[in-house]
Amino acid sequence: MAHVSTYKPNSAIEKWMDDRLPVMRMMHDQFNDFPTPRNLNYLWTFGGILTFCLAVQMATGIVLAMHYVPQETMAFDSVEHIMRDVNFGWLLRYIHFNGASLFFLAVYIHIARGMYYGSYKAPREVLWIIGVLIFLAMMATAFMGYSLVWGQMSFWAVTVITNLFSSLDSIIPGLGTTVVEWIWGGFSVGGPTLTRLFSLHYLLPFVIAGLVILHIWALHVPGSNNPTGIDIKSKSDAISFNPYYTVKDGFAMSMFVILFAAFVFYAPNFMGHPDNYIEADPLVTPPHIVPEWYFLPYYAILRAIPSKLLGVVAMFGSIGLLLFLPWLDTSKVRSARYRPIFKWFLLLFFVNAVALGYLGAKPPEGAFLIWGRICTAYYFVFLLVIMPVVGWIEKPAAMPGSITDDVLGKKPVPAK
Amino acid sequence: MAKKKTEPTRRDFMTIAAGSFAAVGGAAALWPFIDQMNPDASALSLATIEVDLSPIPVGQSITVSWRGKPIFIRHRTPEEIEAAKAVKIDELPDPEARNDNISATAEATDLNRVSTGKGDTAKHENWMILIGICTHLGCIPKGQRIGDAKGEFDGWFCPCHGSHYDTAGRIRKGPAPRNLEVPVYEFISENKIKIG
Repeated sequence: MAHVSTYKPNSAIEKWMDDRLPVMRMMHDQFNDFPTPRNLNYLWTFGGILTFCLAVQMATGIVLAMHYVPQETMAFDSVEHIMRDVNFGWLLRYIHFNGASLFFLAVYIHIARGMYYGSYKAPREVLWIIGVLIFLAMMATAFMGYSLVWGQMSFWAVTVITNLFSSLDSIIPGLGTTVVEWIWGGFSVGGPTLTRLFSLHYLLPFVIAGLVILHIWALHVPGSNNPTGIDIKSKSDAISFNPYYTVKDGFAMSMFVILFAAFVFYAPNFMGHPDNYIEADPLVTPPHIVPEWYFLPYYAILRAIPSKLLGVVAMFGSIGLLLFLPWLDTSKVRSARYRPIFKWFLLLFFVNAVALGYLGAKPPEGAFLIWGRICTAYYFVFLLVIMPVVGWIEKPAAMPGSITDDVLGKKPVPAK
Repeated sequence: MAKKKTEPTRRDFMTIAAGSFAAVGGAAALWPFIDQMNPDASALSLATIEVDLSPIPVGQSITVSWRGKPIFIRHRTPEEIEAAKAVKIDELPDPEARNDNISATAEATDLNRVSTGKGDTAKHENWMILIGICTHLGCIPKGQRIGDAKGEFDGWFCPCHGSHYDTAGRIRKGPAPRNLEVPVYEFISENKIKIG
């Protein structure tokens, strides 16, 4: 796409195929001889890791669906059946269950990398937006998957989250209730809800896979960003994707799999909640409902705001705003490495996000509630005020002339 | 090549007509796919239940299930009734009765909260019948069992996000926007109600 094809068919068959469907040419040009900045650090390996996570979730999910029963009275038992009776069922389910958490761990690092090095800026805005859409689809998929276990936490998570839509009642009376009953297929969360969540949980990963293809396509038009944020200017700035980055990605992936395996084999329920091993009971709410860890920051934002409708708007808005990041950031400099003021605000934003996650797990009262409000305020102030303003007033630090200059340690060029 | 402005032709008309026809047909074909998600006939048929109130002593509560929802039935003590009556309407975050038996705009007085709309309200004011679903995000509030936290107003307390309800099930403090809803019910004898 972005460079001249270097594919040479080696045999008559390859030549024959190349004239009809040049899939080998595409693979060669995009994943073998694809010019990639020579200075990518390990934070750039998470794209590959995330593709791996998606593949693992789909593979384990398809086989789990062979044993799972999406029916109100049998769902919980069928999960226990998978754990106890199905050959290697425990392993497949623990991989799928922990895989979701590690998928989110990787995607948060991937997003933070993109924010720190300005990977959302021109000409990568569409790439970034597709990424945010993938993130949203991941959240929907994870939420639906969690509900399928039909334990107490599953059931009440579905109840609380679907009830978010009832806040529409405060705009048009009755609208929210109608929407919620439409989502439930009844007057409360029940059998019909479970079946549709299962259907959509199976569908969405394929949607994500399609979005991932678009994401990679949009990446391969301008090519990868890099820690300096400077474009490739000469041949010495780039190396070919294979073998250099296939090896680097492969090594990072191996490390990631070790972490993954540590959870699956030594602490499979570390990221779960014991209440979810109690079957769903529509008449008893557990005393303390918490979502999975990867939703906690958004849960904290929801609870920080006393108005129900505004809380919901803030929660969805906190993710929706990310779509506009390329335009909220007014600086021309991509990498935070050369942005002396922005860098600290951004690092504080990351700390703030972790703090919101901590607060999301705490009861919403006293100091936790006050801190929840402070952190929520910073989240929005950073995106809506600090990002545009710092872009205008900040004087960027001296930048290297090129990727090669940076790698070879040449003297930086002072900013104009 | 600059095109001359011309009168709409018959072909323009056919293009627009065919396009509109396809759009309307497409939208109409979508409806069954949307409507299939609405509550089905079997869900709608779970209409009414009858509950015998005689085994519930003063000061205690039971929870029954109606349309998959928990219904709170509390046999209120005279003190609880007095406490609920003493509250002024303008102290309430939600001043509406939210009682499906009476007018939608009725004030949230204690009598309106226990009314079945049949005029015998004062006789039955010791019975508080509520849909036990927090109006915030749908958790089941605590306060039904002996020893449960009942919140600052001695009614019900939702542990999920900290909503406090009083002894008439009215929201007093916390994020919930509305009073607990009162379902449609009636007394079919001295000690028996029909919900739904």
